[in-house]
Amino acid sequence: MTDAAEHQAIGAARAAPILSARNLGKSFGALRAMSEVTLDLAPGEAVGIVGPNGAGKSTLLAALAGSFLPSEGTITFDGRDITRAGAAEVCHLGIAKTHQIPKPFDGLTVFENVRVAAAFGGGGDHAADEVAYDALKLCRMLPLANQRAERLGLLDRKRLEVARALATGPRVILLDEVGGGLTDAEAEELVEIIRAIRARGTAIIWIEHIVHVLLQVAERLICMDAGRVIADGDPEAVMKDPQVMEAYLGHSVE
Amino acid sequence: MSQPYEVERWNTRARITVWAFVLGCAVLALAPLWGSPAFLSRSVVLFVYVLLAVTWNALAGYAGLMSVGQQAFFGLGAYFTIRLSDGGVPVFAAMAVAAGAVALVSVPISYVMLRLKAGEFAIGMWVLASLLHLLVNLDPLIQGETGISLLALNAFDPKTRMVVIYLFGLLSAVGVVAGMLLLLRSRFGAALQAIRDSEEAAGSIGVPVFRTKQLVFVFAALGAALAGALWLASTVSFQPKTYFGIQWMAYTVFMVIVGGIGTFEGALIGAVIFFVIETLLASFGLWYLILLGGTAVFFALAFPQGVWGYARNRHGWFLLPIGRTLITREKTTGAE
Ligand SMILES: Nc1ncnc2c1ncn2[C@@H]1O[C@H](COP(=O)(O)OP(=O)(O)O)[C@@H](O)[C@H]1O
Ligand SMILES: [Mg+2]
Repeated sequence: MTDAAEHQAIGAARAAPILSARNLGKSFGALRAMSEVTLDLAPGEAVGIVGPNGAGKSTLLAALAGSFLPSEGTITFDGRDITRAGAAEVCHLGIAKTHQIPKPFDGLTVFENVRVAAAFGGGGDHAADEVAYDALKLCRMLPLANQRAERLGLLDRKRLEVARALATGPRVILLDEVGGGLTDAEAEELVEIIRAIRARGTAIIWIEHIVHVLLQVAERLICMDAGRVIADGDPEAVMKDPQVMEAYLGHSVE
Repeated sequence: MSQPYEVERWNTRARITVWAFVLGCAVLALAPLWGSPAFLSRSVVLFVYVLLAVTWNALAGYAGLMSVGQQAFFGLGAYFTIRLSDGGVPVFAAMAVAAGAVALVSVPISYVMLRLKAGEFAIGMWVLASLLHLLVNLDPLIQGETGISLLALNAFDPKTRMVVIYLFGLLSAVGVVAGMLLLLRSRFGAALQAIRDSEEAAGSIGVPVFRTKQLVFVFAALGAALAGALWLASTVSFQPKTYFGIQWMAYTVFMVIVGGIGTFEGALIGAVIFFVIETLLASFGLWYLILLGGTAVFFALAFPQGVWGYARNRHGWFLLPIGRTLITREKTTGAE
């Protein structure tokens, strides 16, 4: 990242938040997936989220993206209450999310996948070719552009999720484990891609288990456990937090 | 400023296909001058099949909405024609107005049906067809299952009547095929397929999922209604049981599956295959049905993706590009 971008981000952390959640909760029947989650995201900020499986990380991102109604709490985007807005509306406002389990449009090519996102979620039909091309280029997927999505391997599916989300022209992008199972070289490339997204001024929330990869982009870290935020702030402090160490007992913290 | 890429939507083969199609339509439009009455009347049957197959393919193949109740709109198209004609509307105008009215009626229906998921939707559509069948039977004009004839047609001499019905059918079929092509080539074509492949992901990238489904639902209702009105005009008599019967869905599904579901060309090819089988074998009665079933089983086993799906996947064939090919400069320097 350039110094300027870093500066901007640090300055931004103090600016009015672009995205805020207050006391978010979600129950699936009897199961409590998320409780009392409160967080603020500044424009252009990059936040990492870690936490054991089942901690409620994906549930949080899904609620922020309007995939479902939270059971409690409110979400504000750019000063506007979006708690009850649906996924498509949230997308139009400027929040895009990738899916932890990729959901490509199998019958379309990679280019068409990204273009449909640009045509409906982004600047409209007239600019869609260009927006889709740019997103594919940034995500380094141009060589796969005319391949049907059903033929992609898992890593490319995940990257397609990123390109598709990017093509909607988001001001906040929510990344849900887009880097699991990567080799070092692949992880390096992914970090470069996500830094490039950030350099456009897009704020990022990124869930990932591999902390050292995450911290190459994120300047702030949130740890979740059992549906709650148990630590939020400077990455080093968060990783040393006794509650966090407890949550990770028996898990590996890299 | 030249951009570093191009998006290809046409190629030579597609242009040839479109010109051949236009030429074919022109030749067919002149058929009243060169075709026998038998040719004209058989062609109307083919047009009915094309209308049903193309619009069901849009619904099921492209949008993933597996309706088994399109006979609801088929029957309603015929019924409205009878009603309008009885009310004094000139008979051929009644056919067009009836189809339009069915499209309008399908809008409120869509609000109910499109809330249902997959299997529920399929059953819901079938229930709808049964319900409309019963309701139409309540109309005294129809005289229950005895039915009624489109008597206004008798005002025309047989030759004129045949020609007008033929041209109405040709125009409807060509209109629906062209409309389908335009729909699929617009951004809504990609949106339909996105919804089919993952409704959740489609919503998350800003596709108006419900509206897009509504668009194709109404389009398919219009196609089935035109087919119903046309069938009525060519057979003259209206018996609710015949029009609201599930056999129309059996034929339609056969055509689309055999031709290649979810491929533009497949539905047309399937309609022609079904038409040919029927023309050759319909006189064999029970054997015809057995052969039809056998053909369906054969195709399901040998070409699970249908004739055109097979050709496309195996040989990369396509006649009309629905999609968009990205051509980047690096790959094509000097070529193209
Ligand atoms: N749609 C759902 N229905 C029922 N339970 C769910 C659903 N989504 C998530 N859960 C449950 O909620 C909890 C949190 O899940 P999730 O947010 O996916 O965790 P994480 O992403 O941190 O691994 C888990 O126990 C999971 O099984
Ligand atoms: Mg998760």
